[in-house]
Amino acid sequence: MPKTLFDKIWEPHEVADGLIYIDLHLVHEITSAQAFEGLRLAGRGVRRPDKTLATADHNVPTDGTPAARLIAEEMSRKQVEALEHNCEQFGVPVYSLGSGRRGIVHVIGPELGLTQPGMAIVCGDSHTSTHGAFGALAFGIGTSEVEHVLATQCLLQRRPRTMRINYAGGLGRGVTPKDLILATLGRLGTHGMIGYAVEYAGAPVRELSMEGRMTVCNMTIEGGGRAGMVAPDDATFAYIEGRPGAPEDFAAAVERWRELPSDDGATFDREVEIDASEISPMVTWGTQPGQVVEVTDPVPDPATMDSAPDREAAERALAYMALEPGTPMRDILLDRVFIGSCVNSRIEDLRAAASMIAGHRASGSVRAMVVPGSEQVKAAAEKEGLDEVFRAAGFEWRSSGCSMCLGMNPDVLGEGERCASTSNRNYEGRQGKGGRTHLVSPQMAAAAAVEGRFVDIRDWS
Amino acid sequence: MEAVEVIEGKVSVLDRADVDTDQIIPKQFLKRLERSGYGEFLFYDWMRDGEIELEPNPILLTGRNFGCGSSREHAVWALRDFGFEAVVAPSFADIFYVNCTKNGLLPVILDEEHCLGIAEAGEARIDVDEQTVDFAGGVVRFDIDEEIKHRLLHGLDDIGTTLQRADEIDAFERAGGADRGPVTTSL
Repeated sequence: MPKTLFDKIWEPHEVADGLIYIDLHLVHEITSAQAFEGLRLAGRGVRRPDKTLATADHNVPTDGTPAARLIAEEMSRKQVEALEHNCEQFGVPVYSLGSGRRGIVHVIGPELGLTQPGMAIVCGDSHTSTHGAFGALAFGIGTSEVEHVLATQCLLQRRPRTMRINYAGGLGRGVTPKDLILATLGRLGTHGMIGYAVEYAGAPVRELSMEGRMTVCNMTIEGGGRAGMVAPDDATFAYIEGRPGAPEDFAAAVERWRELPSDDGATFDREVEIDASEISPMVTWGTQPGQVVEVTDPVPDPATMDSAPDREAAERALAYMALEPGTPMRDILLDRVFIGSCVNSRIEDLRAAASMIAGHRASGSVRAMVVPGSEQVKAAAEKEGLDEVFRAAGFEWRSSGCSMCLGMNPDVLGEGERCASTSNRNYEGRQGKGGRTHLVSPQMAAAAAVEGRFVDIRDWS
Repeated sequence: MEAVEVIEGKVSVLDRADVDTDQIIPKQFLKRLERSGYGEFLFYDWMRDGEIELEPNPILLTGRNFGCGSSREHAVWALRDFGFEAVVAPSFADIFYVNCTKNGLLPVILDEEHCLGIAEAGEARIDVDEQTVDFAGGVVRFDIDEEIKHRLLHGLDDIGTTLQRADEIDAFERAGGADRGPVTTSL
């Protein structure tokens, strides 16, 4: 019987019905403290520290603070120090402040070659779906489950349903992977993927780089999806080869990985068709990622929406965002620009943003910042001179971390400030209480910084 | 975890769809190292701004896709600390739903029509074993995974239960199931 990519990963990971084995467990400071404490209280250990890796990313300052003990904000300092202490006590490898391998957990997993096809990967973070870009089954879990995986290397898990999104055509000029996933969320809604493991398929996905595939899979959770995945291919293998975590017998691994893509005739619980050539650069207008329009559109009118929950949500969102229906998106003035987060902070994202602004300067009314996804991304960008491009254009060049994606560190929006952000969530207060977030691609964010408002990058130079 | 069998009492209504965990417990409260003490920060911004008012009744009734977004279990700890024992909604985000079941907060999925009925009734009785919600508008049945139900009814410790199956995990690892994937300790 033909199998899906999902089936081919799920089945060999079943220790028993409803109990699956985890190949890689990524840990960070925000969702692990209570799990380690639970182990201590019960006198339990970590079953497989060699399949576990920790890093500090969510609340770390991006000012280059070189060690946990030097973090100025007391609660953040205690939390990162607790992570270091817990990892030491339980034998878990950790890349904390001062390590050249530290970074956003979903950036460093792939970067170190730890994220590989066919693996089951979990992390106490909803954007774990990112790793599915490599043909892995990867999803976020809560702290109780983090503790469960630390203690048993297994997870109690019901088999999700499967969905395949088939993209046809090709992405137009100036249309990025971020636009592909934002348009998909606009189509399916923020609850359209609940309960599904989603496979992204079709030529437009095949043509994406690994960074682009990670961007798409990352935002699966914004549609409520359990996991997002892309079948592994030569681009996947080339990305992994030579990285520190790559398998020793790489050729043998590739041979196994080639068996993973969904078989012809495999059936999914749901299939969706989307024409990628119809997608334009996208901008969110509301307080959920699915509240999104093309940059050339106006702010939508809630009165035209059919469903009552959608209409009420739109009305509340517009009030929060201080937007009037009918206002062209391109007339919206910006105070801040943020380029970073686990969806768009990799070297390719920074190159794309830098290519837009070379020779330009950020608008005098905009404060723009770039936060690389990891210390390795930062070093690579500096080697290419990207930091100079950003600095010359008036952008702040920071150290790595989650930063203003969720504002747990000092990088936050002020009350009422409006931001073009390459991150993945535009919830109320996400980037700072009263802050107003518009999600866009790195290219759109960079151009918006220069103009002080949104522009259609397809006819902007 | 305490056993959850019957939840009975008044219903607090939060008439909103797609409520994300950032609203349930904002980021500034995620830096604490404990599992308790989050109740006073529940819906912090909405409560402080007077946008919503909620009584700590046993049952919270709300809109579709409740608990979407971040995996933060602090959201469940806050709801539980505040006093809620069950949340009734047309749908839940997956991670949030699982987090509820790990903390004895009963998630109940019912269609919009019955949710409206329960909101109007203002009180209800939920029987986990019978899988029913009894309210002024009638008795309605809800679905719940048998395994999850068993664990809730008996207040089982998931980790302890899985550790009793260590032989199975050992056998799986010996059979080569654990050979997949990288070794993080030798990078």
